[in-house]
Amino acid sequence: MAQRRRIKILIANPGLDVHDAGARYISKILSDAGMEVIYLGIRQTAEGIVNAAIQEAVDIIGLSILSGRHSTIVPRISGLLREKNAHDMKIVVGGIIPHDDIETLKKHGVKEIFLPGTPSDFVVDRIKNLIAN
Amino acid sequence: MSRDKKEEYEKELLGKCRKDDFKTSSGIPIKRIYRPEDIQEFDYEKDLNEPGKYPFIRGLYPNMYRELLLHRRLGMGYGLPEQANARFKYLYEQGGQAGYSGAATTTLYDGPTNFGLDSDDPLADGEIGKMGVAIDTIDDMGVLMDGFALDKTFNNMVLYDSGVAAALLAMYIALAEKQNTPINDLTGSCLNEPFQTYVCQKCSIFPLMPSLRLCLDIAEFTIKNIPKWNPISVYGNAIRESGGNAVQEIAFALAHAMAYTEMALARGLDVDEFAPRLTFYHNVNNELFEEASKYRAYRRMYAKIMKEKYNAKKRHSQMLRVFAKTSGVALTAQQPYNNIIRSTIHALAALLGGCQGVFVASFDEALSIPTDMAATIAARTSQILIEETGVADTVDPLGGSYYVESLTGEIEKRAWDYLNKVEKMGESMKFGSKMLTGVIAGIESGFFEGEIAQTNYRKWKDIESGKRVIVGVNKYQVEEEIPIQLMKVDMEVQRVKIERLKDFKQSRNQNEVEEALKEVEKVAATGENIMPTLIETAKAKATLGEIINVMKKVFGEYKGVSCSV
Repeated sequence: MAQRRRIKILIANPGLDVHDAGARYISKILSDAGMEVIYLGIRQTAEGIVNAAIQEAVDIIGLSILSGRHSTIVPRISGLLREKNAHDMKIVVGGIIPHDDIETLKKHGVKEIFLPGTPSDFVVDRIKNLIAN
Repeated sequence: MSRDKKEEYEKELLGKCRKDDFKTSSGIPIKRIYRPEDIQEFDYEKDLNEPGKYPFIRGLYPNMYRELLLHRRLGMGYGLPEQANARFKYLYEQGGQAGYSGAATTTLYDGPTNFGLDSDDPLADGEIGKMGVAIDTIDDMGVLMDGFALDKTFNNMVLYDSGVAAALLAMYIALAEKQNTPINDLTGSCLNEPFQTYVCQKCSIFPLMPSLRLCLDIAEFTIKNIPKWNPISVYGNAIRESGGNAVQEIAFALAHAMAYTEMALARGLDVDEFAPRLTFYHNVNNELFEEASKYRAYRRMYAKIMKEKYNAKKRHSQMLRVFAKTSGVALTAQQPYNNIIRSTIHALAALLGGCQGVFVASFDEALSIPTDMAATIAARTSQILIEETGVADTVDPLGGSYYVESLTGEIEKRAWDYLNKVEKMGESMKFGSKMLTGVIAGIESGFFEGEIAQTNYRKWKDIESGKRVIVGVNKYQVEEEIPIQLMKVDMEVQRVKIERLKDFKQSRNQNEVEEALKEVEKVAATGENIMPTLIETAKAKATLGEIINVMKKVFGEYKGVSCSV
């Protein structure tokens, strides 16, 4: 069987929140699990994230959000992906997401939402599954 | 018992223990028991001495909390200025914003404010008032402080970037002048810690050199004109909360403090003018004895550094004044009520460590900004500790404990190792004083960031493996939906804020604003202190965003560094 190329994932902290410890930790975990990780850092706009994702041809966009910004930034990112014909890129979100907002995010195409306390092996498995399917 | 026999006995006892090694969170081995031999070379006068006397390890003042209770300043700020003001008033009534005499606040600003963006900036969309209060103008500042006499209120303005600190401090000073309050009566601080914003929070607006210049402009201006202002608050809290351990927290913060001192000296300030105004904003975390020992070691090191390295003569120059924030990162989103217990222990460590102020985190901090109820419990936490338990009734109650003194010494030793390392990094540079160049080299090479990231990674690995227990996270978990009420900031805040900014801009004399901003551009391009010009600009009703943008033209912008995983 031909070996599949490495999963390529972009991790970003959208908006002006400076809490980046979680995004950095998960970037290292995914990289240790054999994925190619591009960590964009904090202060990212929807446009910047989508442009970088397309330029790097990633499989997955991972957003770390603790500020409540998810309700505006996620629809904008999925809209831009559609506009640029890149809707095959998958979005996953980690952070503080109130229960009421989970369904809305899923409607906007978010494939996985990882809440506080999710074991990192679980995150790795789910991301691998997303690509395998 | 012979030495061999002793070791054998210890090994045998360790074999029966519930874990195979005991270490503090910064990796210091913990022995089964501590005895006089663990503090063998201990000299009371030299190593401890009385509180209020060099090296201040037992406390800065002879009476400590028997005379002055510490500042109890809950962090406060969300939404519109009037919403934050109402919360400020409520907390003040509850005793949660208490200074030595009168009100004391720790004001937190939202993301756009901390990045120097006005509320109508497209980049601010969705974040107005979310993680702090939104301030654009001198009028906003007036609404925020309504009902609080500026000369009787200690205002700890938590502003990370030096440009934003300079602009908002200028608005605060302009407001005082407008109210006919003599500015030399103002008290407070404005964080203003550019090294930290490069290492931890990455919210710098300008490149490092202009940021450092603005930082020193603030220091020089306030030292000459507002003698009770604390112009730089070294922000060890961020070193800890972004993943560093207790030793890194004080070692890196001391390196920053030394670098600022060297810059102040290079500007022609005297060490005995500068050092008494330097303050520290730190963290208290889970391990009670390590945290209390950390502050004791910290005071001794600072006193030594100021006296021996920089020849500070005044007692106040050698005194490390520190405000402690109980950890937010140590709090959990799971079973959030458990956080009340954690914060209580953190606050106890601040008291046992002899801090000058404490900010008790609200139990919902891992989830959102605090509700009224959560903030009230935070206020009660320090009140119960101080007024019911007797821990504040004697000075340095842990002093003389074999364990605590030994741990204090070990933390100090490890922190010195770091400082020597940073100083060495400065030796390869050809200009300037060593600690300053060492810190710059450490930032540019990613040394500090790398050390913190490694510690953070190991910590989370230990939590995931269960080696480090976090109740409710990796042990004693329950199936739960977050049961508590969360604080949500309405999108209406953004609409009102933008509307108000529009009205504000219409109400002012546009020519005056443009003239003032031109002056800022001119002064920024020279080496002159920028503060007097910024105060005039605030009076002319320029907004925060306008001031920052005109400085960007001169200074350029910080583009961020590429982050290695």
